[in-house]
Amino acid sequence: MPADWLWGLIGGLFIGTGGAVLLLGNGRIMGASGIIGGLVDRTGWSTASDRIVFLLGVAALPAVFVLLTGAPDTHLTTNAFVLVAAGILVGVGTRLANGCTSGHGVCGMSRLSLRGFVATVFYILAGGLTVVLFRHLMWVI
Amino acid sequence: MLRLAVSFIAGGLFGTGLFLSGMTDTSKVQGWLDVFGAWDPTLAFVMGGAMLPMGLAWLVARRRQNAFTGAPMPSAPSREIDGKLVFGSVAFGMGWGLAGLCPGPAIAALSYGGSGLYVFVAAMLAGMLIAPQLRARLDRAVPAE
Repeated sequence: MPADWLWGLIGGLFIGTGGAVLLLGNGRIMGASGIIGGLVDRTGWSTASDRIVFLLGVAALPAVFVLLTGAPDTHLTTNAFVLVAAGILVGVGTRLANGCTSGHGVCGMSRLSLRGFVATVFYILAGGLTVVLFRHLMWVI
Repeated sequence: MLRLAVSFIAGGLFGTGLFLSGMTDTSKVQGWLDVFGAWDPTLAFVMGGAMLPMGLAWLVARRRQNAFTGAPMPSAPSREIDGKLVFGSVAFGMGWGLAGLCPGPAIAALSYGGSGLYVFVAAMLAGMLIAPQLRARLDRAVPAE
């Protein structure tokens, strides 16, 4: 268990370093939902190549690790209804709120952004209630 | 070209961190949210670890007009707490809890997440596509002052 915490800390340092490189290098805030969403709804097409190359990096490095060490288990549900509902909620929600765990959480809270703290409180509360409701009361997930 | 290199390096570091931290394992994320089950604090270590270099970067950014490649630094964050921020974050949190995935890890796991992950990502992209219409409706229902 504590080994998982250590890997969490090490991985977190990499995530924050990625955000630092993007901010100090390109003056951009590293928010996954904003980077993806701007490509989807065309609001970010003027910086499309930056976004695509960033996302390539996000997907490619883990793919290299998988080739070297094998794929970790994602323990993702196989319930198609849950997957579709969750995906739509994440897509709509992050775009309405203008950020997700990386943009509001990591980048927002580390600059003491009020919106970052408010968003993080609400998505953690909603996520916690959802897990409790669907796992312990309805046995769906 | 330099901008693209910076973007790729940043994305690669982000993907590496998501992979190493175990954040593409949905049971770890749901374990963090499940305060009535076998609570897993790993996510707090990830968040704390990420905020250290990011917080330092903001301190440096505050003293500079431009980024390394010449682009301007982001403007000061908005302080407006509106319905879209709260409603959107609640919706995001529900989806995050249901599947144990948020947008970053969903992309990081593309090479090994299997068909279920593709279903989630397709639904997420669809959600992002309809979000502008929903945003416009919310703006009409609750006009910003």
